[in-house]
Amino acid sequence: MSLQTLVNQLRSFLPPEAVLHETEDLKPYECDALSAYRQLPMVVVLPRTEEQVIKVLQLCHAMKIPIVARGAGTGLSGGALPHAEGVLLSLARLNQIIAVEPLARMARVQPGVRNLAISEAAAPYGLHYAPDPSSQIACSIGGNVAENSGGVHCLKYGLTVHNILKLRVLTIEGECLEIGGESLDSAGYDLLALMTGSEGMLGIVTEITVKLIPVPEQAQLVMAAFDDIHKAGNAVANVIGAGIIPAGMEMMDKITIHAVEEFLHAGYDLDAAAILLCESDGSTEEVADEIGRIQAIMQQSGAIKISTSRNEAERLSFWAGRKAAFPAAGRVSPDYYCMDGTIPRKHLADVLCGIENLSQAYGLRCMNVFHAGDGNLHPLILYDANQPGELEKTEEFGSKILEMCIRAGGTITGEHGVGMEKINQMCLQFKTRELEMFHAIKATFDPEGLLNPGKAVPTLHRCAELGAMHVHRGEEKFPELPRL
Amino acid sequence: MQILIDHLATTLHTAAERKTPLQIHGGGSKAFYGNPVAGENVDVLDVATYSGIIDYDPTELVVTARAGTRLADLEAKLNQQGQMLAFEPPHFAAAATLGGCVATGLSGPRRASAGAVRDFVLGVRLLDGMGSDLHFGGQVMKNVAGYDVSRLQVGAMGTLGILLEVSLKVLPQPQSERTVRMQMNETEAIQRVNQWAGKPLPISASCFCEGELTVRLSGAESAVHAAHAKLGGEELAEGKSFWESVREQTHAFFQSGKTLWRLSIKSTTPPVSLPGQQLIEWNGALRWLVSDEGVDAETIRTVASNAAGHATLFRSGESRAEVFHPLAPGMMKIHRLLKQKFDPVGILNHGRLYPEHLNANQSR
Repeated sequence: MSLQTLVNQLRSFLPPEAVLHETEDLKPYECDALSAYRQLPMVVVLPRTEEQVIKVLQLCHAMKIPIVARGAGTGLSGGALPHAEGVLLSLARLNQIIAVEPLARMARVQPGVRNLAISEAAAPYGLHYAPDPSSQIACSIGGNVAENSGGVHCLKYGLTVHNILKLRVLTIEGECLEIGGESLDSAGYDLLALMTGSEGMLGIVTEITVKLIPVPEQAQLVMAAFDDIHKAGNAVANVIGAGIIPAGMEMMDKITIHAVEEFLHAGYDLDAAAILLCESDGSTEEVADEIGRIQAIMQQSGAIKISTSRNEAERLSFWAGRKAAFPAAGRVSPDYYCMDGTIPRKHLADVLCGIENLSQAYGLRCMNVFHAGDGNLHPLILYDANQPGELEKTEEFGSKILEMCIRAGGTITGEHGVGMEKINQMCLQFKTRELEMFHAIKATFDPEGLLNPGKAVPTLHRCAELGAMHVHRGEEKFPELPRL
Repeated sequence: MQILIDHLATTLHTAAERKTPLQIHGGGSKAFYGNPVAGENVDVLDVATYSGIIDYDPTELVVTARAGTRLADLEAKLNQQGQMLAFEPPHFAAAATLGGCVATGLSGPRRASAGAVRDFVLGVRLLDGMGSDLHFGGQVMKNVAGYDVSRLQVGAMGTLGILLEVSLKVLPQPQSERTVRMQMNETEAIQRVNQWAGKPLPISASCFCEGELTVRLSGAESAVHAAHAKLGGEELAEGKSFWESVREQTHAFFQSGKTLWRLSIKSTTPPVSLPGQQLIEWNGALRWLVSDEGVDAETIRTVASNAAGHATLFRSGESRAEVFHPLAPGMMKIHRLLKQKFDPVGILNHGRLYPEHLNANQSR
């Protein structure tokens, strides 16, 4: 089918401005927040109703046209990278909060609703939606479901998969499935879990019922500085070992501390090798009890300086530095590349040492911010894309970090997803039979492979070419997507 | 231990070749639950011998154990370190295993506040219907590499594979717990527990039965004390054994020997009008019904569907109804296809979840 025919067909049920095909209109959709990967789609569609989404799916299914779903485009793994011969399905205009039910503590929302907007709508009832990815001002709940997003508070409050109840999902044929329910469990297989984090490979979510939980009465933050990263790592283990599940527990290394302090003057200790931020929330009594215990543990773990927020403004200013880590990286370096491995915490010091060695070997600086409570590392590799070969070097460095995470018993992605970015490392983490099972699951929902082709799960052919046990990065910069 | 896996894999190969249906047997504590395995000449495959804790580091909040490990042993080990399985799985018998806990996906009183089995499963190792040894998920809290096959096993009743090993997130036990009881009618109890659940209160379980609402508070002693003051009610001295009796169904309510239905519905649903006695857990989201004779399954299922939930025939006295709530045709199709992908010949606990599985295979 010619492009013009496709556009005409789409415009038979979509208003003209909801079907984009001129290059300048397509440009904003060429990448998500991982801008190293870019590709113009053939067409972008911006439906406003589920009915329109169904028609888009039916048309594409009949015409065998690939579909890539996109929320707010804040993803960090190229999951929403368009397909050159496909339709980019933006769900941004399905942006209605359908219902907030305070007594039942749930909200029904469309996928294009921003994460933070849900908590804002629930705030008058003293409720909120717990997962808070750092992009929560902009990211959409549909994208959160696709990636199983976490956030700073997920050790205590869980990931997206723990905080949703029900999904309306359209299959590639345009059939509607209701997965999950308004009860706490449902009959049959846990397809709700299967859909969550499936990166737009299995179906298109058009409605999400999320759980709302009470806003804690109080939150308080302990900031502890350490002269040694091992001591900071042990402090994390000591807090958990004492039976405390902090609302948030974040670690920053020296280079990060310096970068954010220069940027923000948050009062971080510049002599520290690592800073731990440890938050307690809950009832006033619970917080008072927990903060006292956390302070004592930090002391015993050898902290050189401990500060505790005395009020909300101070708590937010302590957090500000952590939250500014990414912009600070952007200030000290023209470009940065954010990684997302998770490791068992006991291997933290070894992995950080390994990263430091790689940093020297590649001659690239690396800032480490770390969701310390759940072992999720976010190394930020600083580079300059204008220097020839530096992006390639950076990607190779990043890939080595992920291999190290697998070797430490961890995973190549804690919360950003595989997308296009980590497709090769999937060959390292999973065996052939496991990858085959992933393909079989995909085929259950989408036998012709039209939904987000080429993402999340590598073809066996691809893994074979890369070598079963070793990945040679940089040999193929923009790998060809499978043609359908 | 690898020998045991090799042996299981060989058994699966042979069964697949001969198309012999297998009934997976762990501790047998939940054998009453679910549909019987379909087909003739079913072989019982004992998997309880593959047992033992593989890795447990309390400060990582993760335990990995073989599926044959007894739940009691696992919980005792966690208890030594002041930790717990926060979803409070029912054992129903001393022989209960971790594998059965995951396969049935049943959670106890703390579920509404802490989460269910599926919320704590981080990774699994399993043998699929062709005997392939597969790992999914891992031993870390956050992991989005690949589809979530681990959680897919929870509640699958062994129809998608033989669980070999499971990694679970564990949590510290609360510093203190207190159980309080107050008298009120059912309508008021449902209203109250839902209101409380929307407030920052340390409520970790609730149970309404025969005009009495029992609530458990968990957390720092000071927080529990403050919450008790807010909620009111008489402290129950034997709180621990009360929750144990609800979890293990040794409470008098469950002892009638009659048919027991489990209605998992929207928590705010007003009192459900069905003949029989009810016990309410999970802030109203779980209604147990001991049904009198003459209530047909369809009536109960309609009530549950209308309350945005589903009904399970948990223990059948006289009833010969289907155990699990029927699925919409589109969902049933996905179930059939998934089953075929994991178990192409259809030998693993066939029909234990839905008999339709069998029909699908026969018609192929």
